[in-house]
Amino acid sequence: MNAMLLNAVPLASQVINLCAAIMLLLGFAMLAQRRVLTLINLFMLQGLVLFTSTLIVALSTHQNHLLWSAALTLLLKVIALPYILHRLIRRLSVKWDIETLLNIPTIMLIGIALVVVAFNVAQPISQLSGTITRATIGIALACVLLAFLMMITRSKAVPQVIAFLAMENGLFFAATSATYGMPMVVELGIALDVMVGMVILGVFFFQIRQQFDSLDIRHMETRREP
Amino acid sequence: MTELAFVLAIPLLSALLLALFGHHRGAPEINSAGSLATLVAAAALTVRVIGEGPLVLFDEQFFVDPLNVFLIALTALVGFTTSLFSRPYMRVEHDHGRLSVGRLRLYHSMFQMFMCTMLVALSTNNLGILWVAMEAATLTTVLLVALYRTPASLEAAWKYFILCGVGIAQALFGTILIYFAAERVLGPLGGALLWTHLDVVKGGLEPTVLSLAFVFLFVGYGTKTGLVPLHNWLPDAHAEGPTPVSAVLSGLLLNVALYAIIRCKVLVDGALGTHFAGNLMIAFGLLTVVVPSFYLSRQKDVKRLFGYSSIEHMGLITFAFGMGGPVASFAGLLHMTVHSLTKSAIFFAVGHAAQMAGTQMIDDIKGLLKRSPTIGWGLMLGTLAILGMPPFGVFTSEFMILTTAIKHYPWAAAILLTALGVAFAAMFHKVQGMVFGEPTVRPLAHNPALLPVFVHLGLVLMLGLWIPPYLAEWYRQAAKLIG
Repeated sequence: MNAMLLNAVPLASQVINLCAAIMLLLGFAMLAQRRVLTLINLFMLQGLVLFTSTLIVALSTHQNHLLWSAALTLLLKVIALPYILHRLIRRLSVKWDIETLLNIPTIMLIGIALVVVAFNVAQPISQLSGTITRATIGIALACVLLAFLMMITRSKAVPQVIAFLAMENGLFFAATSATYGMPMVVELGIALDVMVGMVILGVFFFQIRQQFDSLDIRHMETRREP
Repeated sequence: MTELAFVLAIPLLSALLLALFGHHRGAPEINSAGSLATLVAAAALTVRVIGEGPLVLFDEQFFVDPLNVFLIALTALVGFTTSLFSRPYMRVEHDHGRLSVGRLRLYHSMFQMFMCTMLVALSTNNLGILWVAMEAATLTTVLLVALYRTPASLEAAWKYFILCGVGIAQALFGTILIYFAAERVLGPLGGALLWTHLDVVKGGLEPTVLSLAFVFLFVGYGTKTGLVPLHNWLPDAHAEGPTPVSAVLSGLLLNVALYAIIRCKVLVDGALGTHFAGNLMIAFGLLTVVVPSFYLSRQKDVKRLFGYSSIEHMGLITFAFGMGGPVASFAGLLHMTVHSLTKSAIFFAVGHAAQMAGTQMIDDIKGLLKRSPTIGWGLMLGTLAILGMPPFGVFTSEFMILTTAIKHYPWAAAILLTALGVAFAAMFHKVQGMVFGEPTVRPLAHNPALLPVFVHLGLVLMLGLWIPPYLAEWYRQAAKLIG
């Protein structure tokens, strides 16, 4: 039994590291993706990876409450939010929208710099972490920063919101990789906030388009700071 | 135990009730009645805490001590007076056709929901729930800011959501880091997010992780407090929402965000044993006092003007708590109280003034004093109070902050005095133009509710002349908790 456990841990941690790497890769992919539809699919994939890694942490460490949080991730981030987003872009008829992104190479380079920063910041924490997933906290922080960068570089409302949700994914990944997940009541609260926020924003999209004839945030900036 | 349950349940139930009946003619009265009941429950809770000391309730998820009970009482009080003010205000808005009945229902329901989220944030013992409640407060106020659905209000709400959403995500990362550090000491089942538990073991928490956590928490909740350079959402949100919402945003929400920072600072100070958190707060507090004071003279919209003034005062309070020590923390708490009373009173007066003029542009509002002496005097006295003129309470707290600064950070005191002087010149000049001169404003159709303005200003005046001994003792206890 003991021998089995010893064998199981490195494998699990390898899979989790793989998941972390895919998370980061998806973060970069979203940063450079111009199609709204593909962006949503990438977001869904990120949710799926998050679900997988949470599930593996839960199974390999026998933390039962993490199973619930994995189920919550699956329900919310892989099914509910992508579904809402798909519906939204269909009803807003921006499904085939392509955003003009200037200077993708520069954005990618800034992204790489952010990853380096994130790893440096996370280094002291990773050294302390006793969990099997300690190597991943730097990646989690990098995902948060990449989503942050995406939010700054996008000017359309829908991609900005996807960036916001991707940031939340990174945070969730940090929570499961640094610790064994937050207490259930907190996770439920966060999930509720994200869900309600999404619904409110969905309503907002229609209002914004009605008022500005566009979902481009740049159209809004008529009233510059005096 | 029952008192806190009432404090939290009454706003929630009122919100549900108003979601169903918010479009009725009597909705403003239900709103006021709910707020009054919350105030009574909060007063009972305060009496209980003064008598019996700190309470830990509901499976340790809630915690009330002198620091937060004072903010709970203040929140309930300003919530109640704002609901009184909003009765005639929203009727006028409805008559002018700016709001449909559906929007009124949304407004009333969300107002109570907003109060509920703030009270949960103040009374919770769980840092995770604190985050959830702050985020929920953001969501409810996003709806309130966008109430008019004008292009400008949608833009303000969007900016508010994105900036505060991003900011508060950083706070969540900070919370995760605290949990991570605490879990190593307390174990996964030791309630590693409960503040009371963390406070006990704070000396044993890993300093590197805690200092990093504080940076994230400070950025996160600092965005919500309106600290420079993440203050951009604040003037827009204040200017574009209905005025009662501006009053509670300025008077209450900023305090709640600051409260979250203070709670975290206590933990970080305990873990680090250095003045790291305090220095960070001093630096950003100072920046937040200086930058907006130079923006004040360029404002054309009266609500933006007072929005910038709120940023400045939040900077001053952050600076005071950053310095720490019994006097500065006492002054910080006093300033929180008098700022929220004065600023909400000013917004009440400004709201009616803008309705009389039909615009929020400073240049188009003239001669308030001749048309309505009460509104004119309310605005003038409120402005004098917020600018720190004696004998109002703002003078007392600013005086205490400045004298402490002169003692420990003389260079900072010079900067503060300059900024306060600039703010005085800019704001006094603008408000003078609005209050005096030949009237361009028309009388209101409904009788304005100006009692709250003068009650608030009366309290501020009293705090400037004489702080009741039990209140002073209470501030002292809370200041001791902050350190």
